[in-house]
Amino acid sequence: MALAALPFLLSLFQVVQLTVFMIFCLLALSLDLIWGFGGILSFGQAAFFGVGGYAYGVIGINSGRTALAVVAAVVAAALLAALLGYFTFYGRVGAMYFAVITLTVTLILHQVMGSTADPRYAVGAARLGGYNGMTNIPSLALELPGRPSIVLEPVPLFYAVGATLLLIVALCRALVRSSFGRVLRAIREDERRTELLGYDIRWRKLLTFVISGGIAGLAGGLFAGWGNFVNPQVFSLSQSALVVIWVMVGGRGTLYGAVAGTLVVQFLTNYLGAASVTYTTVLLGVALVLIVLLFPRGLVPSLGLAARRLALGLAQAPPAEDSGPA
Amino acid sequence: MDLLAVTAFGTVYAIATLVLLALGLAVIFGMMGVINLAQAELLMLGAYTVLLATSHGASVWAGIALAPLVVGLIGVVIERTIIQFLYGRMLDTMLATWGLSLALVGTVTLVFGPTTEGIATPLGYQTIGRYSIAHYNVFVVAVALGALGLTYGLFNYTGWGLVARATMQNATMVAGLGVNPARVYMATFAYGSALAGLGGAIMAPLTGVVPTLGLAFIAKIFITVIVGGPVILLGTTTSGAVLGLVESIVSYASTPMYGQVAMLAFAIVLLRLLPQGISGFWRRGV
Amino acid sequence: MSDIVLETRGLVKEFGGLRAVDGVDFVLRRGELRCLIGPNGAGKSTFFHLLAGTLRPTAGGIRFKDLDLTRLEPHEIARAGMGIKFQVPRVYDQLPVAENLWLSAHVRHGRAAAGTVADRVLDEIRFLQHRNTPVGHLSHGDRQWVEIGMVLAAEPELILLDEPTAGMTHAEARRTADLVREINRRATVIVVEHDMDFVRHLAAGVTVLHRGAILAQGSMDEIRDNPVVRDIYLGKRRRARG
Repeated sequence: MALAALPFLLSLFQVVQLTVFMIFCLLALSLDLIWGFGGILSFGQAAFFGVGGYAYGVIGINSGRTALAVVAAVVAAALLAALLGYFTFYGRVGAMYFAVITLTVTLILHQVMGSTADPRYAVGAARLGGYNGMTNIPSLALELPGRPSIVLEPVPLFYAVGATLLLIVALCRALVRSSFGRVLRAIREDERRTELLGYDIRWRKLLTFVISGGIAGLAGGLFAGWGNFVNPQVFSLSQSALVVIWVMVGGRGTLYGAVAGTLVVQFLTNYLGAASVTYTTVLLGVALVLIVLLFPRGLVPSLGLAARRLALGLAQAPPAEDSGPA
Repeated sequence: MDLLAVTAFGTVYAIATLVLLALGLAVIFGMMGVINLAQAELLMLGAYTVLLATSHGASVWAGIALAPLVVGLIGVVIERTIIQFLYGRMLDTMLATWGLSLALVGTVTLVFGPTTEGIATPLGYQTIGRYSIAHYNVFVVAVALGALGLTYGLFNYTGWGLVARATMQNATMVAGLGVNPARVYMATFAYGSALAGLGGAIMAPLTGVVPTLGLAFIAKIFITVIVGGPVILLGTTTSGAVLGLVESIVSYASTPMYGQVAMLAFAIVLLRLLPQGISGFWRRGV
Repeated sequence: MSDIVLETRGLVKEFGGLRAVDGVDFVLRRGELRCLIGPNGAGKSTFFHLLAGTLRPTAGGIRFKDLDLTRLEPHEIARAGMGIKFQVPRVYDQLPVAENLWLSAHVRHGRAAAGTVADRVLDEIRFLQHRNTPVGHLSHGDRQWVEIGMVLAAEPELILLDEPTAGMTHAEARRTADLVREINRRATVIVVEHDMDFVRHLAAGVTVLHRGAILAQGSMDEIRDNPVVRDIYLGKRRRARG
């Protein structure tokens, strides 16, 4: 695969950058799963990402075992998703309310973690650190029983994250192609109808949300291990919006679109956004407005469709009306 | 006794600010079904209107009077350029207004800088025994009541309010009577924006003015409106009272941080029990 | 086993101050075909939703076989053997015909057999050539057939059909009536219908709802000769047509 050869072609800095982009791809995948396939727009993926990051930090700093910390990241985020999902899906809260609630949870986590500057806010040896965030988080390491752990250098880390991304894409693909995935698509198309066919939509939505939260938490854990820090900025409005933008650019309900969208947006913001964070925020905001207004199906799919139409010379025949079964 | 009076007033004040800040969102959501994620930035723009007015020599009062007008006009522009294309696409409206929220915060930061500007709190203090109550806080409670009364009167006792409510029920029918529904939506959105402008302006001397001003309130006001449910004024007031009380008590017992967490947790549990919000089982109305 | 499949006792549904269903006692025996008629606003649709579990009754009970439906979620009611066809076909427009049928068959027959059952029904409604066509591309009448196919694939014991002939031509309605009788050989059926010709063609028992309550029950001929029914329902329709 071309991916495997990349570290040999790129500078070390680029390898490190690409690693974090792949971590973001995981975060985008988590949203695509719940939104693109489940039809449930969650504004809270950043919350799961952040919770995963903090969980990795707390367990990593206290135990020194990063594999355990990654597991903790997944579990903590999945638990939060389970809790939120239970109250909202079993309460049959509407789609808009769900979006607002997930956003609100993210915002409150931002404020809560921001107000932990006092040293007494600590879990064991891990200080939460307020807006400065949690520092000295251990790097991801290879831990084999009976041997000293080996911290992953940038290139091995790149492979490890790349392999994780491929694995998660494969798992998501298997999930959406399974009979569970078929029912999930039916729920996306018409929730009520699916219920009246005899499917309990509540646990299906809950399970999907928990898996999605777990993937976002995994991404957050890897992020904390990659950068050795995590701060409340992961819960910020712009970070939450970014996840939505990645998926909107790539087109939802395709999995690959989420990955492609993330890479495109991140390379572009890197290219443009060196100037200042504020400019990037303005650009992100304007981009979100324009994409919604002009390309509601997603930027890449819309452009792809336009290109195909152009190629075909707009000679698409309308769908044939059928005369019926008789 | 003094402590009781001061604590009671503190609770009333907490509820009043919540209602005042959430009212504009409640009108826009309740009447139009639109969740405007840029609502917090409308508050922020109201606060900046006061800042600009005072820095040009006008009084705080003039700034507060000006803010609803300025932000109401901004509301018209937002409705014409973005919202009107997205009616019926609720989630898309949320996404677009979210983008708008980011763009507004960013733009204001570029223009005015990221620092907090203070505005001196006008009016003095009333001492009650060993405690004191700021006159301005009494003013805030009065404005909240006034805004509630004005909104109630507007939607229930004026021709425009009647037309607006009829439009939300059945736009086609109203169009048949010669009313342009697009204008009604625009006016409603502008009114909701003006209320936000007023709320932001009132809060400006208390919180200071900063581009991320809205962030401190956004979570609270969304929870308040959603828990309030479909009957906008009474629902928002009731949920403001309940949630404000929860927040006050928990904040008083521990820290404001836990106050917020308790409020959110309480709201989520409440929604599990009453998915339509507090007023979901009442008759529809304003 | 009891002969009674469905029974409602004192069923009431209020919206605000309005009683849409007002004390309905309704009994249906296994294998029966029953038409539910009544003027607009008679409470047919509310009654239908109460049976399906999409609305909760204000008071009264519903018994389906030996289950208390008022305690069950809609999906549990469907699993217990109730199949529903809506007035406006409620199908998955984005999904292919075969997948629509699969989704319905899967509940009853499980993953292993769902595909086979879907294929069989596809053949039965003569839609094999449309297997992979997204349902949204089909005509209105064809979408009605897809939904009927979905009901068949679930093999329910009790089928609720809400105005199956809405939007159909006279000939299509006749064919649907034949199909409903065919379905009735396998399941108990309730048909909510407006079209009197269709009801007559079905030659089934009729229940007349009016203002949320049962006004009359009997054969079509008995109903037609009932002066009260003539006045409030048939007369009004005739006037409306004239």
